[in-house]
Amino acid sequence: MSEFVIELVDVVKRFATPEGNEVTAVDHVSLQIRHGEFFSLLGPSGCGKTTSLRMIAGFEWPTSGEVLIDGKPMGRTPPFWRPVNTVFQSYALFQHMTVFQNVAFGLEMDKTPASEIKHRVGEALEMVKLSGMERRKPRQLSGGQQQRVALARALVKRPKVLLLDEPLGALDLKLRREMQIELKTLQEQVGITFIYVTHDQEEALTMSDRITVMNRGKALQTGSPVEIYERPNCRFVADFIGQANFFAGKMLAFDDQGARVAIPALQTELIGQPVGNLEPGQAVAVSIRPEKVRIAQEPAFGSNSVRGRVIHTTYIGSNTHVLLELAGGVRINAWEQNKISTLDPKAYFLPGQEIWANLFPENVLILPED
Amino acid sequence: MKKSSTGGNTAPLPVALGAWIALLFLHVPVLIILLYAFTTEEATYSFPPPGLTLRWIGITMGRTDFWQALQLSLRVAGIATLAALVLGTLAAAAVARSRFFGKEAVSFLLLLPLALPGIVTGIALRSAISLGNIPFSFWTIVIGHATFCVVVVYNNVVARLRRFGNSQVEASMDLGANGWQTFRYVIFPNIASALLAGGMLAFALSFDEVIVTTFTAGQQSTLPIWIFSQLVRPRDRPVTNVVAIVVILITFIPIVIAHRLTQESNE
Repeated sequence: MSEFVIELVDVVKRFATPEGNEVTAVDHVSLQIRHGEFFSLLGPSGCGKTTSLRMIAGFEWPTSGEVLIDGKPMGRTPPFWRPVNTVFQSYALFQHMTVFQNVAFGLEMDKTPASEIKHRVGEALEMVKLSGMERRKPRQLSGGQQQRVALARALVKRPKVLLLDEPLGALDLKLRREMQIELKTLQEQVGITFIYVTHDQEEALTMSDRITVMNRGKALQTGSPVEIYERPNCRFVADFIGQANFFAGKMLAFDDQGARVAIPALQTELIGQPVGNLEPGQAVAVSIRPEKVRIAQEPAFGSNSVRGRVIHTTYIGSNTHVLLELAGGVRINAWEQNKISTLDPKAYFLPGQEIWANLFPENVLILPED
Repeated sequence: MKKSSTGGNTAPLPVALGAWIALLFLHVPVLIILLYAFTTEEATYSFPPPGLTLRWIGITMGRTDFWQALQLSLRVAGIATLAALVLGTLAAAAVARSRFFGKEAVSFLLLLPLALPGIVTGIALRSAISLGNIPFSFWTIVIGHATFCVVVVYNNVVARLRRFGNSQVEASMDLGANGWQTFRYVIFPNIASALLAGGMLAFALSFDEVIVTTFTAGQQSTLPIWIFSQLVRPRDRPVTNVVAIVVILITFIPIVIAHRLTQESNE
């Protein structure tokens, strides 16, 4: 058994458009996915995540590079000979077959004995809580139920890897949240590797062991949800996952608390955490997340405390979103948690109030400019 | 303004009148054929017919040349339809499922035989068959008919495949079905009614074809050509009308069924 259940080695996929141009959908992507992992490919539409998934499934073949499943190079192996199964975005249920026939289809193709098929289909339907629905046709089911049939149909084959292409995209928010938890529980229960394609960062953070963030065909960063959120390795990742305030800056020097950067717009220097290989003199993007901006009456950390004024506040229940204007007219977002229950307006920030924005060095990230 | 025209349910009088005139224009000639299949006159028609008789049906049934022509037409239509089902489905699958350079051109070329005048197809086929030194026979008629039958099947199947999409095909392959199994268990059940509809339409088209057949047939006459040849012989004229009714029945029934099938699947 190979250490990685799926490996993409320097995979490139180019498509010819009908106009005769060539598009690079996947641009030199390498990935290593471990056994039993819940792994997400996250990125905006057109970033190459679905194409990558389809190359693992065998619907597309790489232009160059190699896809390995359990250490075996796949080359041009067709989908029906690969030990992986897919849950499609549109579910792709066989409309002319019943729920039972849909789930049994893959086993029948494998020439599994009828008695075993019956047993395993029953098991799979129980797992997705659809027992008793065997004789329904797909169009008699709700969206959530169709989703479960698609899941059972793929899982019943006990694949090495389950590929999921935005499987919750068509469901409403409440159902989607429920299904997220259910999917994660199911994955832990069956112990199969899940590769999950999504453009929803919250979904990826909630469910994944590891995430690869993709943009324009490139894999930008791979890491745990905490790593991706707290130490994004470039401006795109910081911007795509969660929210962030950005300042343009210039690297000055490394010191014992991280690195110093000059921020011309703020007419100050900030100390922050350098991410990746940075050199003094280099142009950088300095980022701080809104919930990590501390608003106070007093400065608390030398040049990392910046004078500002409250422009606007939005009360959203758990938090209050505060728009600040700092020196030099730079505007940033700060989120204050409403930790005390009170109706006193003075407990919240008021527009026009003069404040200090404390940008503590551990919360300030210095990223290479894209 | 009149109340009836604002009601919305009934068509305004001129439109209704136009529709009725169009219907009569289309179908009165057919009714005339029906009527004069039972006239007592042998050679000339007068209106109203002096009397009605079932005699001509018996006479028609006794004519071996009629039976030969009918049998030939049924065989030609049957085989041309079968060939069209296979070729039309394959062509539709290629055009609907894959992306390749010149796909639009291929799609257009496939539809062309239907738009091309039969006389052009006929001349072209006759030249090609002569050049190939192929004797004119049963098979040359079948080839001639297959040209437009393929189009009819192709058209029906390609429309169905486009609506059917590719995702169920991919799901099938993903679950371990190879190309043949995917066709047999997933694609075929979904295009079966389109195939049946296309096949019946093709059969009906082939069964009453005259123009292309005159160019590609040897000594044989299909039923429509036999009718054509009967018109110049004034004796037993109502016999041709009886045969015309047979043709109407054989073509009308499949077209009605084909229409039903396409309607059902559109719902």
